[in-house]
Amino acid sequence: MTTTNGSSRKFRLPTPGNMGYSFSWVGRIGAAIIVFWAVVALIGNWITPYPVGEIVDWDYFSGVSAAHWMGTDYLGRDIFSRVLMGARYTVGIALASVTLACSIGVILGMIAAVIGGWFDTLLSRLLDAFNGIPSLLFGLVVVAAVGSSIPVLILTLAAIYMPGSYRFARALAVNINTMDFVTVARARGEGTPYMIAREIFPNILGPVLADLGLRFVFIVLVLSGLSFLGLGVQPPYADWGALVRENIEGLSLGAPAVIFPCIAIASLTISVNMFIDNLPTKIRDRAD
Amino acid sequence: MLRSSTTWILVGKRLAIAFLTLIIVSFAVFFATEMLPGDVAQILLGQAATPEAVAGLREAMGLDEPALQRFLGWLAGLATGDMGRSYVNGIDVVELLGGRLQNSLRLAGIVTAICVPVALTLGIVAAMYRGSWLDRAVSVATISVISVPEFMVATLAVLVFAVWLDWLPALSYGVNVDSIGAMLRAYAMPVITLSFVVSAQMIRMTRAAVIETIETPYVEMALLKGASRQRMVLVHALPNALGPIANAVALSLSYLVGGVIIVETVFNYPGVAKLMVDAVATRDLPLIQSCAMVFCVSYLSLITLADMVAILSNPRLRQ
Repeated sequence: MTTTNGSSRKFRLPTPGNMGYSFSWVGRIGAAIIVFWAVVALIGNWITPYPVGEIVDWDYFSGVSAAHWMGTDYLGRDIFSRVLMGARYTVGIALASVTLACSIGVILGMIAAVIGGWFDTLLSRLLDAFNGIPSLLFGLVVVAAVGSSIPVLILTLAAIYMPGSYRFARALAVNINTMDFVTVARARGEGTPYMIAREIFPNILGPVLADLGLRFVFIVLVLSGLSFLGLGVQPPYADWGALVRENIEGLSLGAPAVIFPCIAIASLTISVNMFIDNLPTKIRDRAD
Repeated sequence: MLRSSTTWILVGKRLAIAFLTLIIVSFAVFFATEMLPGDVAQILLGQAATPEAVAGLREAMGLDEPALQRFLGWLAGLATGDMGRSYVNGIDVVELLGGRLQNSLRLAGIVTAICVPVALTLGIVAAMYRGSWLDRAVSVATISVISVPEFMVATLAVLVFAVWLDWLPALSYGVNVDSIGAMLRAYAMPVITLSFVVSAQMIRMTRAAVIETIETPYVEMALLKGASRQRMVLVHALPNALGPIANAVALSLSYLVGGVIIVETVFNYPGVAKLMVDAVATRDLPLIQSCAMVFCVSYLSLITLADMVAILSNPRLRQ
């Protein structure tokens, strides 16, 4: 590595490599697949070869062919198009709820760590109790009670994963809170908002982002599970889990209509795991 | 072994927390289902019912009482084994649950009996030969299973064993099992799927627990004395890893709760989870509440058990 400080002050792009982070190959492959699905989720409706909801082939559960790259579903709709559009629901809903869960969880966690006392105890106990409900079950009960729609799904999934995020952020923040520079800031007379934003948050950001990635995987899994049970995204729209549910009868025929949505889910979740596992330790474990 | 009184105080505290959690959870379950839009009496009687009939049914079902009073009544009923009647067919919920619970517990029992020995062996061996091809293969396999949804494991199992190899029936659960062979065939698919899901967690956690012990100075000391790898792990490290391993087993078994919901639906297995998913479809509130409580209680007991084992096995947690 060349020295970046001192005499050689050439302009350098702030790429991870130039900032002193190095990603392994496994991590790069993971990142590439994540970016691919993100792009598909954004532009999905412009690149589908067939209209998503339309029956384009009289043969249902047909195999892989040049016209239908992933075969057709139980009505003769093009699976490739439906998988591309499904990315929008799966990735979009999971991203929205993980962002919501982690923002609330991390902010509450930092506040609890900085303030401490009865506020911390009460909040921790309450959220721990909430953690005692199995996630898929909670989703089932809520969806049974209020019906399924995309906002309900986002809020439910966020509510399920918020306590875990709180716990994680609080544990990190409690460690930072005992460090000298925090004591100094407190002695200076800084208020709670300043402490959280300027002293604690920058120091737990790396691990918190890694945790966000893992939580994203769990949310994708629970969302797919709910959709698979018929309680997630409702027809005529379909995320990947709902695609598997729709075509489950084709399973005993070995239809590609069941297999490809499964592969889509697996490729997304496995690549996020691969990416997070191979993050440079500099980012992942900064709090240690 | 003599335990100090502080240990028992800690255990008692943990039990108290579990009980408190259970109350909060039941509160959450009851009020989540109470938020149901639309009137239950209206749903039961259909669109054509007169307002008087709806009001009459509401009164007969006690729906016009305050929610808190109904919650307390429901809780008291649960404690005495009275779970109310199904809205859909008027059968006692206890009666509906009984047989189903037995089926689910049998499934869970078989899976546990298969998983625990296999997963512990694989986890310990992987930790023992850390970094070898075996360890890597196990790691890749467990990560793959953990990062895909349960229904995908089920789908793959059907594809491999029913479609390609043609050994087992695909999606049917034979209700009338008359011979051992038929019973084995009926249970094989759900058991295989659940075993994969639960073992993956267990193997990972066991491996982590053993590796953590291997990295302590006293095990390093054993290595420096010239003890073999087997002796180092089995004699020196394992006894101290037993607590964390038992903890890992209990925690992984709690994954059964989520896995069972999917697996029973996929394979049409007549257990509690299938009952609950069907109840959600018909909005049968007493049934949903009772099933949810059955799951929450089993989940909470496993988690509490895991914590207790951790407290009892690790003196450092007792301070």
